[in-house]
Amino acid sequence: MKRKLRDLPPALLMLVPSLALLGVWTIYPLARAIDYGHKRCDSTFRNCTDAGWDRYSQVFQSKQFQDALMVSLKLAVMTVPIGLVLGIGLAVLADKHLKGIGIFRTIFSSTVATGVAVASLVWFVLLQPQIGVLADLLSDWFPKLKNPGLLNDPDTALPAVALSSIWASLGFTFIIMMAGLQSVPRDLYESAYVDGAGSFRRFTNVTLPMLTPSILFVTVVLTTRALQSYGEIALLTQGGPQSTKATTTIPYLIYGNNSVIHNDIGTKSAAAVLLFLLCLVFAALQFRGFGKRVHYGN
Amino acid sequence: MATDTVRGARKVGRYALLVVVAAVVLFPIYAVVLQALKSGPDAFDHPRSLLPVDLTFDTIRSAWTDGNLGHLLLNSLFVSGMVTIGVIITSLLAAYAFAFLEFPGRQALFAIFLATMLVPVEVTVVINQRTANWLGWDNSYQGLIVPSLATTFGVFLVRQVFLQLPKELREAAALDGVGHMRFLYEVAAPLSRPTLGALGLFTFLGTWNAYLWPSQIITDNDHQTIQLGLNKLKTPNDISKFNLLTGGLVVAALPIFIMLVVFQRQLVRGLTAGAVKG
Repeated sequence: MKRKLRDLPPALLMLVPSLALLGVWTIYPLARAIDYGHKRCDSTFRNCTDAGWDRYSQVFQSKQFQDALMVSLKLAVMTVPIGLVLGIGLAVLADKHLKGIGIFRTIFSSTVATGVAVASLVWFVLLQPQIGVLADLLSDWFPKLKNPGLLNDPDTALPAVALSSIWASLGFTFIIMMAGLQSVPRDLYESAYVDGAGSFRRFTNVTLPMLTPSILFVTVVLTTRALQSYGEIALLTQGGPQSTKATTTIPYLIYGNNSVIHNDIGTKSAAAVLLFLLCLVFAALQFRGFGKRVHYGN
Repeated sequence: MATDTVRGARKVGRYALLVVVAAVVLFPIYAVVLQALKSGPDAFDHPRSLLPVDLTFDTIRSAWTDGNLGHLLLNSLFVSGMVTIGVIITSLLAAYAFAFLEFPGRQALFAIFLATMLVPVEVTVVINQRTANWLGWDNSYQGLIVPSLATTFGVFLVRQVFLQLPKELREAAALDGVGHMRFLYEVAAPLSRPTLGALGLFTFLGTWNAYLWPSQIITDNDHQTIQLGLNKLKTPNDISKFNLLTGGLVVAALPIFIMLVVFQRQLVRGLTAGAVKG
């Protein structure tokens, strides 16, 4: 007990920087957003009236939020499964002892360093309808690339954003899957081989079960990323194309310059808190869904 | 003999597959880099644009001047560097308290720390924007730097390493009269250098690539980071200048790609820290 109290002053001193920073820039804004979420304020933020906690369900049920929620969910559905499959595929392909495999591994991880701005603008260049290389080379098969351009058509804008996101996340997914594969004990493969399992059976009965922790982790991260997409929307479509809301995700609804709730701090706060809850619920569901299927080895 | 041939054929097949897949993954980067290395009209003469001919640095040079990229790069470098140093210091200090010191409420406090890891930037920016505004930190370096100086991820990561250091080390040092700060600086921190390297790299990349927070508090040209500044080179209505964007992209991505190649191992360690051990 004496020891415990003796350590208290140095402990506090060492914790103060982190505590103060996290307090001011993470805990306070969360608490404040929860508080603002049930208020209605005028545009100066000075005069606020309490609108009660059902303000949250009003915001949740509002058309803007529901539309943005659908867009965010669609984006998650488009990016997460494809991203996972591609990441696992690349990892399995590169998990061989071949000469020069290191070069391929570097190439497959390369997109991990590109931030959202670079990745989005790379695709903005490629998809440019008049002079983009994809529009020029592939428009015979996909006329929409040229006219009006994938990002300018309400039906294809979101899939085009998804394409950019999938590519941008590929390096990350690959690295996690690769690390997962390399932690699979080799003797498991050998005993499966001795038991006469072909390469497909070895993949489904050894590789996939041993990869479940990585798959769970990547699923949670990719889903969260999809739900929190802001930069790609701001740079590629501004929530549009044009006046449609075809790519207005929840974060873009909150932070976009041209958003209808741009000057409404109460609604913005409520939407942000709802977004937070949504991410938590999804992560919790994914952890539970995988539940006992996750195999952590010994 | 026959199995050798089969094996050889398989090897060739696998290499072919690897090359094709690598080409697809790299294509966006390759196409943009080559366009950046060509003059305006050549860059849009597809598919000849994809051949490494008629190369010139003119486009990158004009993008550099038009976009004021040198200034933007320095801004990004300064902000990312300061955040990286700050995160390493705050993480070391807090991790030390959690790993080596015993004090009442330690578990509860650590639980609170862990809980904040769940709160995404996308939620806090609404209010943080007002806080920054109230502090007069709009369009300032401190606005870009200070809110990112402490991360739970860093505290968590460093604490994990500290917990694996033998307790006897600290006890022996205490008997010799070595204080906490000196022990941290001379023993604990050097022993966790690989993790600190991963954390530093990870933090640097994250700050360099950040978009939402800078976009919400920076509106002037002086404090823009390279990620924000690229948007200025995006000229949807002036096709003739469109190529400048590719030049800007190359300039913005190059430092990071060099870092990726040099520090690949640290990056992988940082990324997988949370994943594999579960």
